[in-house]
Amino acid sequence: MEFPGIFFNTSLLAELKTPDQHKIYDMLILGGGPAAMSAAIYAARKMLDIAIITIDFGGQVKETSEVENYLGFQNINANELISRFEEHVKAFNLPVNTGVAIKEIVKEENIFKVLMEDGSSFSGKSIILATGEHHKTLSVPGERELTGKGVSYCSICDAPLYVNKKVIIVGGGNSAFTTGLDLSRGNTEIIIVNLAKGWQADEILIQRLRNYRKVQLLDLHELISVNGKDKVESVTLRNLETNEEKTIQVDGIFIEAGYLPNSDPVKNLVNLNDKGEVIIDCICRTNVPGFFAAGDVTSIPYKQIIISAGEGAKAALSAYDYLNRFLENKNYDTGKR
Amino acid sequence: MIQEKDKNQIANLFKSLENEVKIITFTQEFECQFCRINRELLEEVKALSEKISIETYDFVKDADFAKKYNIDKIPATIITGDNNYGIRYFGVPGGYEFTSLIEDIIDISKRKTLLSQNVLKNLSNVDQPVHIQVLTSPTCPYCAIAVRTAHRFAMENNNIVADMIDLIEFPNLAVKYNVQSYPLIVINEKHFIHGAPSETDFLNEILKAIGKKRL
Repeated sequence: MEFPGIFFNTSLLAELKTPDQHKIYDMLILGGGPAAMSAAIYAARKMLDIAIITIDFGGQVKETSEVENYLGFQNINANELISRFEEHVKAFNLPVNTGVAIKEIVKEENIFKVLMEDGSSFSGKSIILATGEHHKTLSVPGERELTGKGVSYCSICDAPLYVNKKVIIVGGGNSAFTTGLDLSRGNTEIIIVNLAKGWQADEILIQRLRNYRKVQLLDLHELISVNGKDKVESVTLRNLETNEEKTIQVDGIFIEAGYLPNSDPVKNLVNLNDKGEVIIDCICRTNVPGFFAAGDVTSIPYKQIIISAGEGAKAALSAYDYLNRFLENKNYDTGKR
Repeated sequence: MIQEKDKNQIANLFKSLENEVKIITFTQEFECQFCRINRELLEEVKALSEKISIETYDFVKDADFAKKYNIDKIPATIITGDNNYGIRYFGVPGGYEFTSLIEDIIDISKRKTLLSQNVLKNLSNVDQPVHIQVLTSPTCPYCAIAVRTAHRFAMENNNIVADMIDLIEFPNLAVKYNVQSYPLIVINEKHFIHGAPSETDFLNEILKAIGKKRL
């Protein structure tokens, strides 16, 4: 057993100012992933009076081991990439509220109020919602009961528990395959199951995992149930071509079957699509003037770090225009038709 | 153990330390692999600020002292200031937990945390002993969030003792608590939380565990 070393993120340690609950900020940026952080940098450079409201920094990137498709980095440890993002944001010494979840966002007159779970609240003339997504559950029997008892949604957290064991991964995209690669380091026997035909992950990841001798890929298979009393003992699958069901003994199951947007706090405020994503136009405007959104929480397709970062920048510039033109001249095209 | 560039950054951060911080650590004469790593890591941290002192005890020879602090396994580390706040690490604060250690030192030196006023107000409802164990893995980013919240609660409320426990070093506890995911938070040995909750949810779970009204 070796000492894992130190994952040191200096930017985490930067002393943060906390936002003032009695003040009305030009802009409140909600979220802590790439879209939010990029928006914060662009807004800060416009010298806007802004505050960031987030549980923590990193977003879904912190569940990744390595990133190989962010411009400028052939391969970078995800923790280091987040650290660089954070360091960049925190250099502007912005007030940040962390640790508390957002309950609801309401608009009163032209001011948005962000109501927090702990009873506190923050006010802003404009909002950029960049709260990202959370793991989708499959709602199959046994999943909820055995979450944390063998049902996992975070491979870099839990992969060490499955060294030399056998697991099943549900999903066919990049997340499923990077989970497989995380687990392969522990000599874990892996079965990947996909509801759809074929695999949606990047070919480079598929090939890399195919080279691992203890992996089995099963497309067109549906997870029917997760079985076990106090921990996962087996899963039941259905072959969608033959309709045949079979039960496989496993020690754990990793569910990487997509994500759901963290849009609940705004469901009564802005228009959402049937997936629950915030509907935005090409400059990140929602149907509510002054309310912008960016990144994975929105209707923009292709959830990627680099796309989120770009969308965050666009949202900040768009919100800046709104603040300049709408609030000053009352002559802003809200995009509402 | 700590790279030079990181040392410089931490030393810079430590310039803002206000009050003395004392690290109490337990090892033994024939040091286990991780006891040695833990001691050396803490000594490197101590060397980065004059405000930090370190006391090293032998788990066997100083058994009375270990008993006084309820230390039942090593390596163990307690971060204290003018009080013993009940902020403890069992296992090396490596991986993501190293940042937790540095943040704890900063909080203790300032004798305050960044918990919100609303959370602080409700935290005062914890009026009976609470022992929080956050069972972690060094590669788990969410574990550090849970550890930090638990340690902040301990610092702000004398009834709370909060431990980080690295299960890589104490696999027997992984068996005892049937750990299937990280982090697993154990409150008073009987109440379990899977994952890293927000401060509000964490506090609600503590209140629920002691039969108090939730927020």
